[in-house]
Amino acid sequence: MAEDQTFEFDVLVIGAGGAGLRAAIEAASGGLSVGLVCKSMLGKAHTVMAEGGVAAALANVDDRDNWRVHFSDTMRGGQYINNWRMAELHAKEAPDRVRELEAWGAVFDRTKDGKILQRNFGGHKYPRLAHVGDRTGLEMIRTLQDHGIHQGIDVHMEVTVITLLKDGDRVCGAVAYDRERGRFRIFHAKAVVLATGGIGRAFKITSNSWEYTGDGHALAYHAGAELIDMEFIQFHPTGMVWPPSVRGILVTEGVRGEGGILVNSEGKRFMFEDIPDNYKSSTADNPDEGWRYVLGDKEARRPPELLTRDHVARCIVREIKEGRGSPHGGVFLDIAWIKEKISKSEEHIKRKLPSMYHQFKQLADIDITTEAMEVGPTTHYVMGGVRVEADSQMSTTVPGLFACGECGAGINGANRLGGNSLSDLLVLGKRAGEHAAKFAGEHGAGGIDQSQVEDAKRWALAPFERFEGPGADPEGAYQIQHSLQETMQDLVGIVRRGDEMERALGEIKKLRERAGKIGVPGNREFNPGWHTALDLDNLLTVSEAVARSALERKESRGAQFREDYPEKDPDKWGKVNNVVRKAADGSMQLKSIPIPEMPEELSKIIKEMG
Amino acid sequence: MRYRAEQCVHSRFLLLSEMSKTTFRIWRGDREGGEFRGYETEITEGMVVLDAVHQIQAESAGDLACRWNCKAGKCGSCSAEVNGMPKLMCMTRLSDLPLDEPVTVQPMKAFPIIKDLITDVSWNYRVKKKIKKFKPRPPDAEDDTWRMAQEDIDRVQEFRKCIECFLCQDVCHVLRDHDLHDEFIGPRAMVYTAALEMHPLDTEDRTEELRKAYGIGYCNITKCCTKVCPEEITITDNAIIPLKERVVDDFYDPVARFLKRLGRGKAKAETEAPAAKPD
Ligand SMILES: Cc1cc2nc3c(=O)[nH]c(=O)nc-3n(C[C@H](O)[C@H](O)[C@H](O)COP(=O)(O)OP(=O)(O)OC[C@H]3O[C@@H](n4cnc5c(N)ncnc54)[C@H](O)[C@@H]3O)c2cc1C
Ligand code: SF4
Ligand code: SF4
Ligand code: FES
Repeated sequence: MAEDQTFEFDVLVIGAGGAGLRAAIEAASGGLSVGLVCKSMLGKAHTVMAEGGVAAALANVDDRDNWRVHFSDTMRGGQYINNWRMAELHAKEAPDRVRELEAWGAVFDRTKDGKILQRNFGGHKYPRLAHVGDRTGLEMIRTLQDHGIHQGIDVHMEVTVITLLKDGDRVCGAVAYDRERGRFRIFHAKAVVLATGGIGRAFKITSNSWEYTGDGHALAYHAGAELIDMEFIQFHPTGMVWPPSVRGILVTEGVRGEGGILVNSEGKRFMFEDIPDNYKSSTADNPDEGWRYVLGDKEARRPPELLTRDHVARCIVREIKEGRGSPHGGVFLDIAWIKEKISKSEEHIKRKLPSMYHQFKQLADIDITTEAMEVGPTTHYVMGGVRVEADSQMSTTVPGLFACGECGAGINGANRLGGNSLSDLLVLGKRAGEHAAKFAGEHGAGGIDQSQVEDAKRWALAPFERFEGPGADPEGAYQIQHSLQETMQDLVGIVRRGDEMERALGEIKKLRERAGKIGVPGNREFNPGWHTALDLDNLLTVSEAVARSALERKESRGAQFREDYPEKDPDKWGKVNNVVRKAADGSMQLKSIPIPEMPEELSKIIKEMG
Repeated sequence: MRYRAEQCVHSRFLLLSEMSKTTFRIWRGDREGGEFRGYETEITEGMVVLDAVHQIQAESAGDLACRWNCKAGKCGSCSAEVNGMPKLMCMTRLSDLPLDEPVTVQPMKAFPIIKDLITDVSWNYRVKKKIKKFKPRPPDAEDDTWRMAQEDIDRVQEFRKCIECFLCQDVCHVLRDHDLHDEFIGPRAMVYTAALEMHPLDTEDRTEELRKAYGIGYCNITKCCTKVCPEEITITDNAIIPLKERVVDDFYDPVARFLKRLGRGKAKAETEAPAAKPD
C-alpha cells in the first residue's frame, strides 16, 4: 500500500467555494503557508451555481440604503434569533468586500452612471443585490479563484477530508484521501478553517450537489464543536418540478425580482391573499403597485412574491395541497406576462435571466419568454452550522478551528435572505482567514497523535473489507442514502410534526446501524460507491442534528413550520438558540442557550426600521 | 387561459415515455487501458445522459466514475463525448439522441484518462496560472473605485460566462490530434486572455506572450471550439481573432504600441469599445 503523504501548513482551509477561497486569500496575504482542500476541482463548488446576486448596501440604485437597513432586514428575515453581532459586521463590511472583488477583476452589471448595478430580492427593502445576469456566483468564484492562484496557496483538488486531528482541546490537522487514487493525505496545521458548505443531500428534493453532505458540520461536531440552529433548513420556493430528472434544480429568485409572478391553476396570483402582518406595511396590495416597484418606483411597495422564502414556500405548498397546483405538482411562475408591460420583453428576459432561459429551454422544453414555468419548493440552504464567535469565526469550544460560509452559523437566524450568503461568505470568510492566521501566528504546531490517524484510515477502508470478508452480507451505500433522503423529506420537511420527527429519529438510528454494514465493491481509485459510503456518515450525523433540534423547538418560526405548534412563541423560543454537541458517551446532546441581549444602538435601529 | 394543464405536455416527451430500456456503451478503464461495456437502463421523461449514467451507477456499476456538480450546465464538471460529440452530460437530453441504437459515452480525448469518464484536466489549471494576471489601473472615481459603462463590458462579460468545461480544448485539433499542449494554450485559455486584455481596467500587456508562450499562431481558425461551447461564447470571432490582430499590430508597429502603453487603458485604443468614462 502506498505511503501516506504528509503536508504542513500554518493554515489549512477545507473547502474552496467562495468562503474557503476568501479565507485562504486572506490567510496567505500575511505570508503564511496556506493549504486549500476541496472535494471537486477548483471553481466547481456550489458558489459557482449561485444566480441572483450578492447583497451589499452599496446604495448605487437607491441612495436610501445603508448598513442599518441591511442589518434590520437581515434580522427581520431571521426572525430576530440571529447572532446580531454577525449581522452587524456583515451589513457594515459587505460593500467593501464587493468593491474589492472589482479590484480583483470581477465585472458586475452596471448602472447608467457606470456603478455596480443592484437588483431587488426577497426581504431586502431596497435594490441591494450586485449581480451579473443570473450567474453571479460564477463571477464571484472565478474572480476569487483567478486571484487566489497567484497568492502562493497550495491547492489540493479532489481531496476529501474525513477527520480532524486534535491535540488536547485544540485542532492540529486533518486526515484526507485523494479521490483519484484513494491515497491518504495527512495535513498538519496550526489553524483549520472549515468552509465546506451545506447539507442539502440529506433531502430528496434539493438544489444541492453530491458535495453537500454536511462534512464540515460533522467534522466539527466529532471534534467537539457545537452546532447551532440546525432546525432551520431553507426550502427555496422555486425549484424545477418537471421533468422528473431535474426536480429540485433551482429557479432563481431573480425571476421574481424582475417581475415574475406566482399563479395557481385557477389563474390567481395567490401571494396577495396571505401577507404576514409584519410585512403588510411594506408589501403592495395590488398588481399595479407591485409592477411599479419592479420598475424602480420608490413610492411603490414590493410585490408579495418577494416576501421571505419560508413564507412563499409555505404558500406554494398550501396551493398544491388544496388542489390548485400545476400539472406536475407545482405552481406556475410567470415572467412572460411582462410583455403586457414592456416592449421587447423577450430580449429583456434573455438578457436579465440568460441561464434560466437556457435551463428551461434545454431541460424542460419551455420558453420562459412566452410560457410559464412550473415550480415547487426545494431544499436549498442550511441556516444552522458550526457555532463560532462573531468577530473571529473561531469555534466556541475548539481552539484553532474556524468556520465560515454555509457551514458556519449564526448570521441568518431562522431564515436567510437571498443574496446574504454570497455576501456573508466574503465578509466572514475574510474574517475567518484573518483570525486563523492570527491564531497560527500566536500558537506553535500541535502534536499529531498517530493513533488518531490510524483510526481514521481503518474506518475509511472498512467498507472494502466488509464487501469481501468471510460471511459478508454487505449493505449498499446508495440505497441507505436514498432511504435517508426519503425519511428527511417526508418527516422533517417543510411542514413538521412532533410524532413524525420522533419516527424520523428512529429511522435514522436504524439507518445508522445498517450503514455500519456497508460494503463497497471495486478498489480505491475514483470509486463513487466508496465516496458515497464515507459521506453518508456525515449525512446521518447532520440529519440527526436537524431532527433533534426541530423536535425540540416547539413553535413555528422562519424556516421551521410545525403543524402541531403553528404559532410563534416569543417568550420562550424567541429568546433561545438550540445547540447540539457530542457527549462523552458519543450520544448527541442538545441544549437551548439564551440569546445575549442586543446593545442599545442596534435595538434602536430595529425599532426605527420596524 | 394561460395556465392550463396541457401547456407543458410536449409531444416528444410523450414519445419518450412510451420507450423502455435503452442500451449504453460506456467506456470503462483506467490509465492502463479499457474497453466499452454495455449497460441497459430504463429511460423516463426528460432524462439527460448524466441521469442515465447515475442510474447505471446505482443499479449495476457502483464504481463507475464520472464528475458532476450542478446538473444544470453551470459548473462545467460533466464533460464527456456522447456519440462522439463533446458535450455536457447534464445538458444532453436523451430525447435528442437516436435511442434505437446504443448511446456511446466516453471520456474527453484531449486529456489523459484517470478512470472511466474522468480525465486529468490539471493541465488547464497550470496553463491558466502562466497567464499574466489582472492588473487594474488605479481607481479614479471619487469613491476610490471605478466607473465602467455597460457597453464597454459586454464583450468581457461574454468571455466571463466560461464555465471551464474544457470541451473547446477537447475539440481543438492542435491539442486533440497534434498534442501540442506545451506550445499552445488552447481556446479556453485564449478566451481567458481575451477577457483580461479587453477588460476596461486592465493595464497589463500580454501580446508578446500571446505570440510566443501562448502560441496563438497555432490556431488556424477552424472554429470547432466555438461550435461546441455550451455557453455559446463566440470563441474564435470575438476572442481569438481580435487577439491575433492585436499581436500583428504590436509586432509591426512597436511605436504605436509604446504610445498606447503610455496612455491609460490599452483596451480602448485597441478595440472599438468607446472609452470608459472616468466618472
Ligand atoms: C443553485 C443555487 C443558487 C444560489 N443562489 C444564491 C444567490 O443568488 N445568492 C446567494 O447569496 N446565495 C445563493 N446560493 C447559496 C450560496 O451559493 C451558497 O450558500 C454558498 O455559495 C456557499 O458557499 P461556501 O463557500 O460556504 O460553500 P461551497 O461554495 O459549497 O463550497 C464548499 C467547498 O467545500 C468543499 N468540501 C466539502 N466537504 C469537503 C470535505 N470533506 N473535504 C474537502 N473539501 C470539502 C467542496 O468541495 C467545496 O469546494 C445559491 C445556492 C444554490 C445551490
Ligand atoms: S478555431 Fe483555433 S482554437 Fe478553435 S478549435 Fe480551431 S484551431 Fe483550435
Ligand atoms: S470557452 Fe466554452 S467550451 Fe471552452 S471551457 Fe469555456 S465554456 Fe467550455
Ligand atoms: S454537472 Fe455542472 S455542468 Fe454538468
